[in-house]
Amino acid sequence: MKGFEPQIVAFCCLNCAYSAADLAGSMRRQYAPNVRIIEIPCTGAIDQRVLLQTFEEGADGVFVAGCLEGDCRYQVGNIRAKKRVKALQKILDETGLGGERLEMFNLSAAMGNRFAEIADEMTRRIRCLGPSPLRRK
Amino acid sequence: MENACSKLEQTLKSGRLAITVEIGPPKHSSPEGIVATARLLKDYVDAANITDCQSAVVRMSSLAASLHIQHNGLEPVFQMTCRDRNRIAIQSDLLGAYSLGIRNILCLSGDHQIFGNHPTAKNVYDLDSIQLIQLTRRMRDEKLFFSGEPIEGQEPRFFIGAVANPFADPFEYRVDRLEKKIDAGAEFIQTQCIFDMERFSRFMELCVSRGLHQRAYILAGVNPLKSWRAARYMQTKVPGMIVPEDIVQRMKEAEDPKAEGLAICAEQIKYIREHIKGISGFHIMAINWEESVVEIIRLSGLNRPQC
Amino acid sequence: MIIAEQKPLAEIAGFIKDCERVLVAGCGGCVTVCLSGGEKEAEILASALRIKRRIEGRPLETVTYTAPRQCDPEFIEAMENVVREVDAVISLACGVGPQYLAERYPDLPVYPAQNTKFAGGSRAHGVWEEYCGLCGDCILHRTGGICPVIRCPKSILNGPCGGSQKGKCEIDRDLDCAWQLIYDRLKRLGRLDLLKEVAPLKDWSKARDGGPRRVIREDVMI
Repeated sequence: MKGFEPQIVAFCCLNCAYSAADLAGSMRRQYAPNVRIIEIPCTGAIDQRVLLQTFEEGADGVFVAGCLEGDCRYQVGNIRAKKRVKALQKILDETGLGGERLEMFNLSAAMGNRFAEIADEMTRRIRCLGPSPLRRK
Repeated sequence: MENACSKLEQTLKSGRLAITVEIGPPKHSSPEGIVATARLLKDYVDAANITDCQSAVVRMSSLAASLHIQHNGLEPVFQMTCRDRNRIAIQSDLLGAYSLGIRNILCLSGDHQIFGNHPTAKNVYDLDSIQLIQLTRRMRDEKLFFSGEPIEGQEPRFFIGAVANPFADPFEYRVDRLEKKIDAGAEFIQTQCIFDMERFSRFMELCVSRGLHQRAYILAGVNPLKSWRAARYMQTKVPGMIVPEDIVQRMKEAEDPKAEGLAICAEQIKYIREHIKGISGFHIMAINWEESVVEIIRLSGLNRPQC
Repeated sequence: MIIAEQKPLAEIAGFIKDCERVLVAGCGGCVTVCLSGGEKEAEILASALRIKRRIEGRPLETVTYTAPRQCDPEFIEAMENVVREVDAVISLACGVGPQYLAERYPDLPVYPAQNTKFAGGSRAHGVWEEYCGLCGDCILHRTGGICPVIRCPKSILNGPCGGSQKGKCEIDRDLDCAWQLIYDRLKRLGRLDLLKEVAPLKDWSKARDGGPRRVIREDVMI
């Protein structure tokens, strides 16, 4: 789709992914400018309603980025987030929007490069899927 | 007809070894197959159990099939499960069966419908096998319906049977449960197919030590194997069965598995007759292989009671 | 508590396909505790329905409201203002909720969002199991506190049947045989004598077989 610039919202845990995004910046690592980052205290704190609302507000893609499994500051927040994201992917499939517009990633604060890769990867995926049918015209 | 008694009961009472078999009614409306089986077996065995939609698969009703068998010279044991009928339907069938000359009944809980061809059916289980035994006996001895209301007129006077499974758990309760069935009124007992002779011996020792073999006639259940796959299936897939691995192996190594199956079955019968106390007869379960019964009887040297 | 499980989204969406504005009504009772029909689940369902309808080009408006309970008339009464503005109500309560709503608002279509499953409790987070058959004539005093009526698939009162093996039920190797549990517990309590007696026929007239049941207590009437 020509001229389509995906709008992607990333909910990033401040203990890892958010710092990794910072690091990518400090490293001057180029990555897709389509990602808007929202800092959250832990991916375990993510409410499924907020993710749905993000889509209803017109986001083309959403991802949740938390710590590596086993490294959650609150022990299991990222494991719970993974299950919640999976359940929501199923709901999104049922609505027709498609669960593939939502994804969960895990990385550490030191993985600036990995953050950039995730941002690029998600942007590529959403570019292929096209704009969300819920996009405000 | 109303006063005819059960030949099975007479055989057992006379102290002769009884032989019963199992006949599965057809999954259609033609009686030809079971009629042929009845004619084949009538001179070899005392009675034939007519299963009541075994494995919860829809078949010709046990009552109708029992009649077909009876009309062809073989005495039926009318199997009655609690799965499909409530207490009203059960009593109605008991009255009807007795009026038609059926004299033996076997009371079972029945296989759960999940195993059959209508797994989405509603089950009934208004009563269980032990309650069925007790209340059928009370119908006969006290002329009372299950509700306690008196029966005005001819009461059904069945020779009442039950099953016992020495291979189900908890093992230590199995003899207690058999005793409970006998206390409830069961007069003859047919066991689940026996392959694990060691466990069956222990079970029978306990029965004999409590005198249960004197309070009810215990018929040992045997089943000829057709193939090692059938043995494996029973070993792993059929709940409440124990098939020792050496039997599976013996079937696997056999050149003629069917002949081997018959030989094993005959050996089991001989072993039980010689080594296990308290047995009044044998119940040969060879559904879909009824003709094997004649051969098993010959191989095991069982007397042919009607010949 | 009553355990319920949400119907598939497509089924619920089908009920309201001709509606433009619906009330998605959560319940603060059992279904909140079993995480299937409380405030949060009502809002998720409303959002999912809106998304689906927008994609289909027929946007849906939703109102969400969660009553403290949908099984008390006063809470249904209190929904009058929200109910007035909608074409239909989707209730996330157990089967009682939609019926109370239908009774109180005779002109309003009411649809169930749940399949009401059973009376039970949680076994672990995210796992609920059936414990009570609501038969109206409890026999737990005779069975060591384990209910054979609902936990035995054949409701056998004089068990265990011949399909019990290694403590498991014949219909499902993951299901504990209720009668093995009863046996073990009575043995531990030294009360195996309870199993000697033939349990009498059950009086099913006290269950739903006797027609819908009613409990009347004059002492608590006002």
